[in-house]
Amino acid sequence: MKDEIIIAGFGGQGVLSMGKILAYAALENDQEVTWMPSYGPEQRGGTANVTVILSDEPISSPVLSEYDTAVILNQQSLDKFESRVKPGGVLIYDPYDIHHAPTRTDIDVVAVPAMEATIAMGQAKAYNMILLGALLAKRPDVPVEAVVRGLKKALPERHHHLIPVNEQAIRKGMELVG
Amino acid sequence: MTREEIIQNGTKVYSRPRLLNKNNMHYCPGCSHGVVHKLVAEIIDEMGLEHDAIGIAPVGCAVFAYNYIDIDWAEAAHGRAPALATAISRLRPDKVVFTYQGDGDLAAIGSAETIHACTRGENIVIIMINNGIYGMTGGQMSPCTLEGAKTATTPYGRRHDLNGFPLKVADVVSLLDGTCYVTRQAVHTPGAVRKAKAALKKAFKNAQEKKGTSFVEIVSTCNSGWKMSPEKSNKWMEENMFAHYPLGDLKDTTK
Amino acid sequence: MKAEVKLMKGNEAIARAAIRYGADGYFGYPITPQSEVLETLEAEMPWETTGMVVLQAESEVASINMVYGGAAAGKAVMTSSSSPGVSLMQEGISYLAASELPALIVNVMRGGPGLGTIQPSQADYFQATKGGGHGDYHIIVLAPSTVQEMADFVALGFDLAFKYRTPAMIMADGVVGQMMEKVVLPEQRPRRTNEQIARECPWALTGKPDSRKPNIITSLELDSAIMEKNNERFQETYRRIQENEVRYEERFTDDAEYLIVAFGSVARICLKAIEDARKKGIKVGLIRPITLWPFPYKEIARVAEHTKGILCVELNAGQMVEDVRLAVGDKVPVRHFGRMGGIVPAPQEVLDALEHDFHINSL
Repeated sequence: MKDEIIIAGFGGQGVLSMGKILAYAALENDQEVTWMPSYGPEQRGGTANVTVILSDEPISSPVLSEYDTAVILNQQSLDKFESRVKPGGVLIYDPYDIHHAPTRTDIDVVAVPAMEATIAMGQAKAYNMILLGALLAKRPDVPVEAVVRGLKKALPERHHHLIPVNEQAIRKGMELVG
Repeated sequence: MTREEIIQNGTKVYSRPRLLNKNNMHYCPGCSHGVVHKLVAEIIDEMGLEHDAIGIAPVGCAVFAYNYIDIDWAEAAHGRAPALATAISRLRPDKVVFTYQGDGDLAAIGSAETIHACTRGENIVIIMINNGIYGMTGGQMSPCTLEGAKTATTPYGRRHDLNGFPLKVADVVSLLDGTCYVTRQAVHTPGAVRKAKAALKKAFKNAQEKKGTSFVEIVSTCNSGWKMSPEKSNKWMEENMFAHYPLGDLKDTTK
Repeated sequence: MKAEVKLMKGNEAIARAAIRYGADGYFGYPITPQSEVLETLEAEMPWETTGMVVLQAESEVASINMVYGGAAAGKAVMTSSSSPGVSLMQEGISYLAASELPALIVNVMRGGPGLGTIQPSQADYFQATKGGGHGDYHIIVLAPSTVQEMADFVALGFDLAFKYRTPAMIMADGVVGQMMEKVVLPEQRPRRTNEQIARECPWALTGKPDSRKPNIITSLELDSAIMEKNNERFQETYRRIQENEVRYEERFTDDAEYLIVAFGSVARICLKAIEDARKKGIKVGLIRPITLWPFPYKEIARVAEHTKGILCVELNAGQMVEDVRLAVGDKVPVRHFGRMGGIVPAPQEVLDALEHDFHINSL
């Protein structure tokens, strides 16, 4: 198993921490993992992104040309990364504020109304966890239980009271994908 | 009479300090360094610190201080003695660490290291020989050169509009919370030497007792750089240097 | 503390590995992208556990001179910084080399010249491997490509530094500093006692006992005849290091028709490019110098013999490529592919460069 994932959006949307929780979950699940924050030629235009690679084998490059899975949180990132999803891969995006929807037909395009769900939940911080839930539903690389354990490691202790809300958001995201 | 006949029991009132070795000093005749070296050697011996004192030599005339006093020494890059002393003192709190620097080394290129060692209150002694000139490199202006003084780089005299004002380092470090003892001394008369020795001893005691940074400035002459005889240098120092750098304690929180 | 597996950034790994090595002191000044080293150490408060001294200095100049002082006392001391800060330290590194003092310096490189960028770079290769400061000297330069190596090279760097009485440098790039990976931290080693230091480092400033003459740590020697002798001694040390301490990693070289030479994180990007190339039928191998100084000249020359071309990939305008050319002479064409200013190439770019430079028409 190997999953090369890009998570991209604006700074402040929780892109890096979503990747971090996924990385900790992989650690809990005894997988190899790299977490590489927004470095590389794609880092232009005020976006933040993180490459997370989960694998059963040792990982070579932490920087990639193309991805198995993309989680896209804004239009700029969609424009940048849609073409770089491998054929047969998965593109998860939030249609909120997206003006030009993805057009590829050789990949699995999944629209997740995460912003709407966040507003309905009344939990602004749940946004990235809803998308993480969607990712876990489409790409069950790590079990949800490992993600919850990962949350405990990724979050500083003073934020541990937020873990139930985060877990709820992850389950919401999984539901949205169905 | 032979030497041995002259020196009878109880008649010897003065001798070379035990830790001051017999290497010929490279200092110019009349220079204050020799006297201060002697005082440091005496104090280390009298306080029983032979095995515990670690000295940091500067770049400048005292660069070879390590050749004369028989203890462990490190020779620092220009101005960085307080940085070395900081590390050694923190890594070996069982030792007594001192720097021995000139005003060019300490107050110009080493001003940052001096101020920060003092404001951190490192348990060290900083000794600054202030002769208002770069002696080693041939008599250029230092931060402490007096206004009007002629040097190799102020051939017509230091002018504050061109070169700034002479820096009163002791006054500056006395304002810092980390210093426990700041004093300005001289070694041009036997009385001054006695006072300077008491001041240096107090500084070493403070370091030993972890009371903070002690800063001892010795207002000194540089007859070569000043281009005066040793005697005239002393007179010039009394008349001019002491006016700008008055002697005495500037701060003592240990009382 | 037992050995344990954790997920962490390369910078954090350096800090935690330093504590576990039993390092005596860290002196540093904040600069992106390596501030996590000092931050982690301050958060871990090792002075409460191992007794390690951690101090935020007033500048990189003060940091390296604190390292000089600590090293003079025979202590295992280190600093870390990034390119502009390491430039400021060069005088001190020259003094350390000249005084034959062991110390560990970490450079998490960022793009330059000048204030440059905070993004990753490998543009300090010349500075680190060809001297850096004034005078004839070398330091041992280790180039980690994983977070695990960031941790491992702390112990290796210190051990080599003490073995040869020379400064050692971990030269990482911002990628390895900032990325998170799994890392196995070693078991806690005890710090050396003052008695051990007095025994193992008879040159160190410990306060002069009656049993020996004063120890003087100095780089100054005005007698040219003695200074030349000192230099000859330094050069002899460098020869011994070159003979014994070359480290490198070799991958897929057995049947390689083309060779990529790259260090640090770039070597991993190249490894991915090589995997992709081999899927296309292009036989490419990799040599990753682990010690940038001493450089694996012979090892590269050996592998180069049966290749048609060498591509040197770096995050700079072409620095290590000069050493690769020295290694192979004109026997094999050597090309350089580099990105600058903080840009990190993707594996596809490396493969494109290889195919373009050597006119490879893939199957």
